[in-house]
Amino acid sequence: MSDLQSQDFIRISASTMTPPSARSHEDQVAKLIDVSRCIGCKACQAACMEWNDLRQDIGHFEGSYQNPDDLSPSVWTLMKFAEYENEQGNLEWLIRKDGCMHCADPGCLKACPAPGAIVQYANGIVDFVSDKCIGCGYCVKGCPFDIPRISKVDHKSYKCTLCSDRVSVGLEPACVKACPTGAIMFGSKADMTEWAGERIEDLKSRGFSNAGLYDPQAVGGTHVMYVLHHADRPSLYSGLPDHPQISPVVSAWKGILKPLAMIGIAAAALAGIFHGVTEGPNEVTEKDEEEGERALNETEKTP
Amino acid sequence: MTNTWQDIKNANIVVVMGGNAAEAHPCGFKWVIEAKIENGAKLVVVDPRFTRTASVADYYAPIRPGTDIAFLNGVIRYLLEKDAIQHEYVRAYTNAGLIVKDGFSFQDGLFSGFNEEKQSYDKSSWDYELDDQGFAKSDDTWQDPRCVINLLKQHVSRYTPEMVSRICGTPQDKFLHVCELMASTAAPDKAMTSLFALGWTQHSVGSQNIRTMAMVQLLLGNIGVAGGGMNALRGHSNIQGLTDVGLLSNLMPGYMTLPQDKDTSLDVYMSTKLYKPLRPGQTSYWQNYRKFFVSFQKAMFGDAAKQENDWAYDWLPKLDIPLYDIIKAFDMMNNGQMTGYICQGFNPLQAFPDRGRSRRGLSKLKFLVTMDPLDTETSRFWQDFGPQNPAKSAEIQTEVFQLPCTCFAEENGSLVNSARWLQWHWKAADGPGEAKSDIWIMSGIFHRLRDMYRKEGGAFPDPLLNVTWNYTNPIDPDPEELAKEMNGRALTDLTDATTSAVTKAGTLLDGFAQLRDDGTTASGCWIFTGCFTEKGNQMARRDATDPREQGIAPNWAWAWPANRRILYNRASADPDGKPWNPSKPVISWNGARWVGVDVPDYGPTVKPSDGVGPFIMNAEGLGRLFARDQMVDGPFPEHYEPLESPVENVLHPKVRSNPVARVLASDRPTFGDVKSFPYVATTYRLTEHFHFWTKHALINAILQPEEFVEIGEALAKEKGIEQGGWVKVKSKRGEVVCKAYVTKRIKPLTVDGKPTHVIGVPLHWGFTGQARKGYGANSLTPPVGDANTQTPEFKAFLVDVEKTSAPVTA
Amino acid sequence: MALTRREFIKFTGLGLAASSLGMLGFGAAGEAQAAAVRPFKLTHATETRNTCTYCSVACGLLIYSMGDRAKNAHSNIIHIEGDPDHPVNRGTLCPKGAALLDVVHAPTRLKVPRYRAAGATEFKEVSWDFALDRIARLMKDDRDENFVEKNAAGTTVNRWTSVGMLAASASSSETSYLTWKVVRSLGMVVFDNQARV
Repeated sequence: MSDLQSQDFIRISASTMTPPSARSHEDQVAKLIDVSRCIGCKACQAACMEWNDLRQDIGHFEGSYQNPDDLSPSVWTLMKFAEYENEQGNLEWLIRKDGCMHCADPGCLKACPAPGAIVQYANGIVDFVSDKCIGCGYCVKGCPFDIPRISKVDHKSYKCTLCSDRVSVGLEPACVKACPTGAIMFGSKADMTEWAGERIEDLKSRGFSNAGLYDPQAVGGTHVMYVLHHADRPSLYSGLPDHPQISPVVSAWKGILKPLAMIGIAAAALAGIFHGVTEGPNEVTEKDEEEGERALNETEKTP
Repeated sequence: MTNTWQDIKNANIVVVMGGNAAEAHPCGFKWVIEAKIENGAKLVVVDPRFTRTASVADYYAPIRPGTDIAFLNGVIRYLLEKDAIQHEYVRAYTNAGLIVKDGFSFQDGLFSGFNEEKQSYDKSSWDYELDDQGFAKSDDTWQDPRCVINLLKQHVSRYTPEMVSRICGTPQDKFLHVCELMASTAAPDKAMTSLFALGWTQHSVGSQNIRTMAMVQLLLGNIGVAGGGMNALRGHSNIQGLTDVGLLSNLMPGYMTLPQDKDTSLDVYMSTKLYKPLRPGQTSYWQNYRKFFVSFQKAMFGDAAKQENDWAYDWLPKLDIPLYDIIKAFDMMNNGQMTGYICQGFNPLQAFPDRGRSRRGLSKLKFLVTMDPLDTETSRFWQDFGPQNPAKSAEIQTEVFQLPCTCFAEENGSLVNSARWLQWHWKAADGPGEAKSDIWIMSGIFHRLRDMYRKEGGAFPDPLLNVTWNYTNPIDPDPEELAKEMNGRALTDLTDATTSAVTKAGTLLDGFAQLRDDGTTASGCWIFTGCFTEKGNQMARRDATDPREQGIAPNWAWAWPANRRILYNRASADPDGKPWNPSKPVISWNGARWVGVDVPDYGPTVKPSDGVGPFIMNAEGLGRLFARDQMVDGPFPEHYEPLESPVENVLHPKVRSNPVARVLASDRPTFGDVKSFPYVATTYRLTEHFHFWTKHALINAILQPEEFVEIGEALAKEKGIEQGGWVKVKSKRGEVVCKAYVTKRIKPLTVDGKPTHVIGVPLHWGFTGQARKGYGANSLTPPVGDANTQTPEFKAFLVDVEKTSAPVTA
Repeated sequence: MALTRREFIKFTGLGLAASSLGMLGFGAAGEAQAAAVRPFKLTHATETRNTCTYCSVACGLLIYSMGDRAKNAHSNIIHIEGDPDHPVNRGTLCPKGAALLDVVHAPTRLKVPRYRAAGATEFKEVSWDFALDRIARLMKDDRDENFVEKNAAGTTVNRWTSVGMLAASASSSETSYLTWKVVRSLGMVVFDNQARV
């Protein structure tokens, strides 16, 4: 249904074709989250819900300011709060806005078996195309940051789009615009990296000798980056991965198996969709997954 | 605020104490972050809890709720002892050198003049020694032991770092580090800004909390300068405007005061408003009071206000007691002295102390009218909502009217922000259903009453029949017409005495300097004069140009008074008129007049050599380190324990709490003691919510869905309370059953050698709206008021806590 | 006003987006892009300037409503975001401001006057005329009964203490001025606002 020009993409899920990416001269975008300026106010969450018309059920207080308690198909970004006592015995309240990192080398896209369900635009935004999604959940497994969530209603996968609708008309994402303290910035990746450098210098001058930029190269760098006071220990920030990497399972799937297996899986997926339409929700059953993993593991063991 | 929001970026030190700016005012707080990043500023947070403001602070110091004066008096002692004050500023711009009357004294916790029986002070000794011309005596060498500065030194000498730590529970090293950071701004080109809010006002010593910091700021030379000032971050969108327009028991528009019974005539009333200068040549601007007053009466009563009837002076109500505040109003209700109550956009069942007392009071009314866009708890106080609002409807005889109102998005008008900007806003859509504007509703009630009085007669209808109502559409007056009425007009052709320029009758006035006391001008609110002139609606201006990017933006909207953005800005320059901080000048003397990025808070051509003080509203022209008789509880600030406190007052055990705090005798039995209620509680907003409104908004209900209290790990462990588990928090007045947030962010403080636990009680939950039902923090809070403002003591009281199970209906 | 890039950045995060907006990856994509991403929802919405109703920072707002205010169109507010021109908030909003849409359209917004008779267990819907007539009658009867024209000393005091009013901190100054006139011309002195709470 979607009428995308392949030239807009640099990557398409479940496709062996390299898109022509005629527009690769366009700048890569990045969102920079400077946690040292973040006051954990959740304006980003509110703006995200408001702009994207997302509302989930009212939850409960669960012993933290973190609310809702997890990302979901209607929660694309979430403030996470960690009370941390540092070596000097002083309290630091490390607050981090969690959400899709828009990896340059996206594990979700690599893992996705549905052709065109996950795309990466020339500007770096990784977007989910709902009508092509089969709800298999492989993107969840493929994501080093545990971001995508599958809807129990329509069995599609959802996550932050980096407000591609706003960016496409020349506006910054909703969370960026709202952020009261400028802790979230948006611009070209080069600009954001340079600005991060200044911020890091300032933090070092204030005694945070390990301040640094989180732009993990194991996933090719990300289009959502963090300035951290403790860049040596990202996991202090509510479990931001110290060394994020695409699961070896997915890497193997993409690197060795996928080109061969793809046609078969895609066919199965299409069958699944029709199954879903006529019989109810389609899903990759646990048995299917186990089978798949076993096959992959065996492949991995095979030199 | 003395300064603007953006001006915060010019600060070198930002102190957030008595507030939680990042959570309550996030978009204003961006200028703190700007100050840090662009001006290398340090952010200092002093708070009982490690707040979200503290999370981005450079330095955090804990403090026991209700002990800020001890802390700040300790700071003053430190500054005087280390001589870390801005000498030239203090000498020229404060009353440090003025000599205080011999009769003034302070002993064992009481200032001179205390009347035990009346629980109030005779303040006659709290003043300067006057010479034969009626001017205050001074000693510029500060040698005289009765100089303000020497009396101050003596007064704060008791507040040693040891004593501060003993009272506040702040570790000495942390206290001293905060002192050091503050002291760094005594340099003429350095500034500190104080950002505060209800964390200071909601105490029985609220006004004195603020005053103490104002004194610190005067000593450091930080008032009137860029990046300095005392910045009260006001909590509601137009609470500044409502105060400006005088919607308080004892106020009239523009900070004039309603007459009292003793003001038997206009002349008697005016005799208390003369404000004769206390130093030679001073401005003492309130000398113009009569012009503002007569112009107001002309706006209010038009032609019916005449010289012959003292400008209809008798048509204003007079007060027999200082004021009928909220604590008094609900006391009167409970005593059966009130028949009806109208709540316009106000939810007292949630907002006022001691919820049970409020519910009982409302139940005794004959009628209650609520005007609100939302379904408030107050409008449903009579309905049974289970433990969160137990009510026996059949027994409550109150008639209740719930009137639906439009909201901000559905009307035109202006709001005054915290920085005194009057900003116009425009309607985007109609209100839902039959919702009507407050203007339409108030007009509807007004016309019906006036018609009834015309037909039926009745008690003294004259003011009602004569109040002006010359609006194009009298049943729904246009906000622009009302704005013009507040701005004011010439009623006859006016000729300016110096320039001979003529202002034609009917013309909108440009400034309050044009107002007259002979009935030839009308102005509904003198401080707003200039907001809507013949040049158009100045409040609707949208030019954001900001010279030197200094945070003034003089052509954006309009600020009172006279479009001035930084109050007391004359003090930003030295006595010769040169800016203290040449890189951030506000105004300066160019040899002929005062020029700069802001409108001078001073005569524009008054020469520096004339020696006119920068604080032109004060009769001595100076900033006051000694408050004279302006505060009811003392000319110097003193530490008094909250009415409910876990400890004795170690400074003066016999005078434990503020001796003139607002406490009604009937409320005394509702105070608890430390034996039954061993923990200190404090209430506050969370950033995800605005009072009791946003629980009606789904997004905010999702972001912070359910009532909870914050408890430190140590206390939780002692009490067996689990993270996210249910607890019951009790005070002498009521209880709250809710979830517990066990946190490292509240640590026990060592107060006078004993561990003291603090419990944090966010205030947002009730029983209407979309968030989960809650009991509300005001189920716990005491009906104690600040001595000066009657603001309830929501920030420090006593509770007990225990582990429990979920309430049956939850 | 010439700004260096550095100064430009320091103003505000959102200013930064302008540094190369046309080149951020969608500039040339044109209409094909529109089919891929969610359609931009404000293209033909009407924009109105307003001020946030919550705290006293008084952030500038852009309110977007559906309908172009033609005679037959009923405006409906669909989105609210910060006004980038406003010198204080510069386009930003806090979690309350960013969610204003949900208070404008709250299911608990009141739509009709309601009345609860003495002892009743429920509200009933009433007309505006019923409500205002009844309120005015209750007020007049009490005022005539309890109004104090002169005190014991014979001073004219014109005081009415048995009916009081709380005024609204979110109402405009114009509303508050009109309220002042009505309240004081009746002699009411039990009068307060949210300044303390």
